[in-house]
Amino acid sequence: MGQVLMNGIYSGVQYSLIALGLTLIFSLMNVMNFAHGQLYVLGGFVTYYVYGIVGLPFAVALFAAAATLAAVGVLFDVLLFRRVLARSARDESTMLLASGSALLLDSLFIIFFGEKHRGVPPVAGGVLRIGQGIFLPYGRALIIALSVILIAAFILFMTYTRWGRGLRAMAQDRDAARLMGVNVARYSMLGWAIAALLAGLAGAMLVSVSGVNSGLGTWISIKAFIMVMIGGAGAIPGAIIGGLVLGMLESLGAHFMSGSQYLAIFVALIVFLAIRPRGLLGRQ
Amino acid sequence: MTRNRKITLAAVAIALYLIGVPWLCAGRNYYLGVVTTASGLAVICAGVWLIFYIGRINIGQGAFALIGGYAAAIAVTKWGLSFWIAMPFAGLASMLVGMLIGLPLLRLKGVYFSMITLSLTETARLAAQSLKAVTNGPNGILNIPLPGELSIFGVTVIPDFATLNKHRALFYLGAVLLVVTYAVIHRVVNSRLGWLFRSLQQNEDLASSFGVNVPMLRVIAFAICTFFAGVGGAFFVVMQQSIYPATFAVQDSTYFLLYCFIGGLGFVFGPLVGTFILYMGFEVLQGFKEYQPLLYALLMIGVMLWLPNGLLSIRLPKFLPPKTPSRPASGGDI
Repeated sequence: MGQVLMNGIYSGVQYSLIALGLTLIFSLMNVMNFAHGQLYVLGGFVTYYVYGIVGLPFAVALFAAAATLAAVGVLFDVLLFRRVLARSARDESTMLLASGSALLLDSLFIIFFGEKHRGVPPVAGGVLRIGQGIFLPYGRALIIALSVILIAAFILFMTYTRWGRGLRAMAQDRDAARLMGVNVARYSMLGWAIAALLAGLAGAMLVSVSGVNSGLGTWISIKAFIMVMIGGAGAIPGAIIGGLVLGMLESLGAHFMSGSQYLAIFVALIVFLAIRPRGLLGRQ
Repeated sequence: MTRNRKITLAAVAIALYLIGVPWLCAGRNYYLGVVTTASGLAVICAGVWLIFYIGRINIGQGAFALIGGYAAAIAVTKWGLSFWIAMPFAGLASMLVGMLIGLPLLRLKGVYFSMITLSLTETARLAAQSLKAVTNGPNGILNIPLPGELSIFGVTVIPDFATLNKHRALFYLGAVLLVVTYAVIHRVVNSRLGWLFRSLQQNEDLASSFGVNVPMLRVIAFAICTFFAGVGGAFFVVMQQSIYPATFAVQDSTYFLLYCFIGGLGFVFGPLVGTFILYMGFEVLQGFKEYQPLLYALLMIGVMLWLPNGLLSIRLPKFLPPKTPSRPASGGDI
């Protein structure tokens, strides 16, 4: 049982990272980024090449993934979403645009990386033993530690820095933020960069444990949606709670009802949404 | 156009389609198959369009097509029912699931509804994979027989497909489904129900204040939508004579959105036009087959950037309902 909980925490903290980015974009732009899982996969592939093929240290690979994804996030904003948001007042347009981008990235992955599942050598060998019968490989422990540090850094950034304050102001009221001197265009770029970077780092870390393949993106996006729906869209604590809850549910489900756990999670989600349509902490 | 002229025009178009296409494709079964597939896709697409029409985006149509497909496959292979009973049964089964899920989920607005429907497609695939006793798991259900004879009081209405030219018979089945589907959608949109649906698209709160039963109407729209998905799914199953968990995936659900969008959302025959143009266009570009997802994606992004209201919107602006700005100025506290 301890092992099941440990696995839940391990998936949960990574999921939280993914959900944070998705919820950040949603609260800033009112855009649900259907291509979020694909950004995660891209982070995985960058790490695969830098760490697995070229053989540079894992830390360098993480930086490379973060930098690449931040750039992709900025491109998403400048080339696609900003233009559509400026012209169309309906949120349908950005949803369709996001689905199109997801399809685009998916097909580019297939063309450039093929369908093979790719893994890299483990970052850290050995297993940590906690108490009785709970095993935590050092690779996973590293990921948990890194994820917690990243989540903490993100919260501190949003709470105490000038940029974080600007982003929060923009999420509360875009027009008022603009009137108070927040450069809204530049801050949306920053928001996209951070969101893509978080997804990319989560992908980069996971590749060291379970590898990456081209078809993973949609599945990750769907998990991210489930987390955001549990926690409530647009709320940062909600994203973290949603991530941990999904990680735990998955781990428990795999233990008790192996095979059909996702069906059970989905049915539970529908019942949950019938009672709380805005999730645990979503805005009304 | 007067009513009579419209009816004549529709009759001529249908007659041309029913006679012209098999004549053009005589001896070229592959091309006939392409048209048949397009008509099946257009039937499923009609449902997605109707949900667009009430102001929601349904990215879960693949799930309902899959449910309908499995319902038909199980009814035919395990229960030994005739396809002519299994097809409406598939529509009803899909509709029942749609209404059960729809009752709670249609309360969710905008992005939430789209997220949950997208998740639904993947969940349906996983369910088909894991419920081995019912669906035969990842191996799928194979060797589904062609539709048999349909006779009423001893009079053969539809002969056994095995005794006919299979490709032509399936084409006619698809064509009939297509005509019936779009006749129903056209009728719905041009009735009192259509006005109510338009009121939902424009402003649900305002509609509700005028005494429109908003939740009920949403469920009605979703029931029609999922019924078409189920019938379309059953049609694909009998056409391909097999079904797998991956027969309808997330990618297909996204394609349906694109088909509707290319055709135009304000126009009843938009999804029909969109499906035929896009699907048959790709058959012409044979060499690009492997880049189909890439080209579809670029097209989708391009359309959103440069033509946000679809192809037919260029010529027919008066069919477009007025757009209401719905993007709130604030995103909320974080």
